[in-house]
Amino acid sequence: MELFTPDAGLVFWMFVSVAVLLFVLYKWGWPVILKSIESRADMIDKGVEYARDAKEQLDNAKAESQRYIAEARKQQADMLREADKMKTQIIEEARVAAQKEARKVMDAAKVSIEQERKEAEKQFRDEVSSFALDIATKVVRNELSDEKAQTKLVGQLLDEMEKQN
Amino acid sequence: MKKLLVTLILALVAAVLPQHIFAEEASGAADGSQSEALNPKEIIFEHLGDGYGWEVPFNHHKRIPLPIIVIGKDGLHCFSSSRLAHGEEYTDGNATFRIAGKDSKYKGKVVEIVDGEEYRPWDISITKNVCALIITVLLVIWSVLAVARWHKQMGHKAPRKFVGALEALVTFIYDGVIKPMLKDRSMKFAPYLLTVFFFILYMNLLGLIVIFPGGANLTGNIAVTLVLSIFTFLITNIFGTKHYWKDIFWPDVPLWLKFPIPIMPVIELFGVITKPAALTVRLFANMMGGHMIVIVLTLLIFIFAVMGPIVAGATTVVSVGFSIFMLLIDVLVSFIQAFVFTMLSTLFISFAQEHHDKHEEEHKAEDSKAATA
Repeated sequence: MELFTPDAGLVFWMFVSVAVLLFVLYKWGWPVILKSIESRADMIDKGVEYARDAKEQLDNAKAESQRYIAEARKQQADMLREADKMKTQIIEEARVAAQKEARKVMDAAKVSIEQERKEAEKQFRDEVSSFALDIATKVVRNELSDEKAQTKLVGQLLDEMEKQN
Repeated sequence: MKKLLVTLILALVAAVLPQHIFAEEASGAADGSQSEALNPKEIIFEHLGDGYGWEVPFNHHKRIPLPIIVIGKDGLHCFSSSRLAHGEEYTDGNATFRIAGKDSKYKGKVVEIVDGEEYRPWDISITKNVCALIITVLLVIWSVLAVARWHKQMGHKAPRKFVGALEALVTFIYDGVIKPMLKDRSMKFAPYLLTVFFFILYMNLLGLIVIFPGGANLTGNIAVTLVLSIFTFLITNIFGTKHYWKDIFWPDVPLWLKFPIPIMPVIELFGVITKPAALTVRLFANMMGGHMIVIVLTLLIFIFAVMGPIVAGATTVVSVGFSIFMLLIDVLVSFIQAFVFTMLSTLFISFAQEHHDKHEEEHKAEDSKAATA
C-alpha cells in the first residue's frame, strides 16, 4: 500500500517545483518560442507567396522581353529593307540625274560644235572665195589675152568647187 | 545465422560462468548465513519507492547521501542522510532520529524518537525522488530556455540539431493537440500544457536511465502524478466558463433528474473529480508497471539461480533480452504517456472553455426548426 499513498514531502516539493517551472517557463520560455514559431511560419508563408509572385513576374517579363526582341528584329529587318530600297532609289535617281546632266552637256557641246563648224565653214568659204577671187584676179591678170578661154575656165573651176561642197 | 551463433555462445558462457561463482557462494551459505536471502518483493518495492540516498552502481551499501529536512517536535532539523545509514540513530540538538525498521508502521521513513516511541515528523527531505525532481526541473528549464534564447538571437533562421528536435516536439503538441482543441484560447493555456508535456517526458525518460541522474521512479510515484493532475484540475476549474458550471449544477435534462433530488448534478460533480483521478492513476500505473516489469525480469535471474547453473544461464539470456525489449517499449510508453496526459489535460480544459452563446444559438436554431416543423 505504500505505493498508493502519496508522500507529503514529495507532494510539497512537487508543488514547489511545478510552480517554479511554470513560472519560469511562462515568463521567459513559451511565449517567446510560440510567438517566434508563429511569426516564422507566417514569414515562410509570405516568402513562398512572394517567390511564386516573383516567378510569375519573371515569366511575364521573359515573355515580354521575347516579344520586344522579336519586335525589334522585325523593325530592324523593315528598316534594312527600307534602307536598301532607298539606296537603290537614290542610286537610280542619281543615275537619271547624271544622265540628264550628261545629255544636257552633250547637247550643249553638239550645239557649240555645230556652231563652230558652221562658223568654220563660213570662214572657209570666205577664205575660199577670197582665194578664188585672188586666183581669179591672178588668172584674169595673166589670161587677159584669152578672155574667152579664161572665163570658161573660171566658170569651170567654180562649178567644180560648187560640186565639191 | 551469425547472430544466432553469437547468442548460443553467449548462452553457453553464461551457463558455465555462474558455476564457479555459485560454487563459492554455496560453500559460504553452508556456514549458516541466511540473512542475505533473496526477498523479491522487498527489492521490487525498494526500487519502485523513494529513498534517503541514491544508489550507486555495483555497490549495495554505499549511497550518495542527500539532505534530510524534518520539522520535529522542537523545530527544523537538517542533516545528511549518511548519518542515518544502516539504521543508526542520530541526535541533532535535543531530537533523536532514525530510519524506521522493517517492523515499524513507518517502515523506511525518518522517525523522531520521543520517549522510546516512534513519531513521524513533517518530512520535507530532499529524497532521491525530490532530487531527481529538481534535476528534471532544471533540465526542462535549461532546454526550453535554450530554445527561447535561440529564438531571440536567431529570429527566423531554420532550427537545427537540439533546438530543431525540441521544436519538432513543441509544434507536434502545439499544432497537433492544443490549437485544434482550444482554438483562439490556445495561447492562454499552451504554456501550461507544453510545460506539463516536457516535464513528464523528461521525468519518464530519466526514470529509464539506471544510473545517477536517472533511475528515480518519479512518474511511477503517485504523489508526482497527483500534483500534476491537481494542477490540471485547478486550471480547468479556475478558468471554467459560466456555461461549464451551469452544465454541472443545472444541466439540460428533465427537471425530475435535478430536482428535488440532484441526481445529475451529483453525477456531474463526480465527473469533475474523476477526471483528474483518472489522469493520476493512468500515468502512475503505466510508468510503475513498466519499471516493475523490468525489475521482475531482472530478478528472475536471481530467483532461478537456486535451480542450478544451466537454468540460471538460460534465464539470464531470456531475461536480459526481455528487459531490453521492455525498456525499448518503455521509451515509447514514456512519450505516449506524456502525450496522453497533455492531450487529456487539453481536452478537460477545452470542455471548461465552452461558450454560452454558441450553445444558445444552437438551441435557438433547434427551436426555430421545431417551430417550422
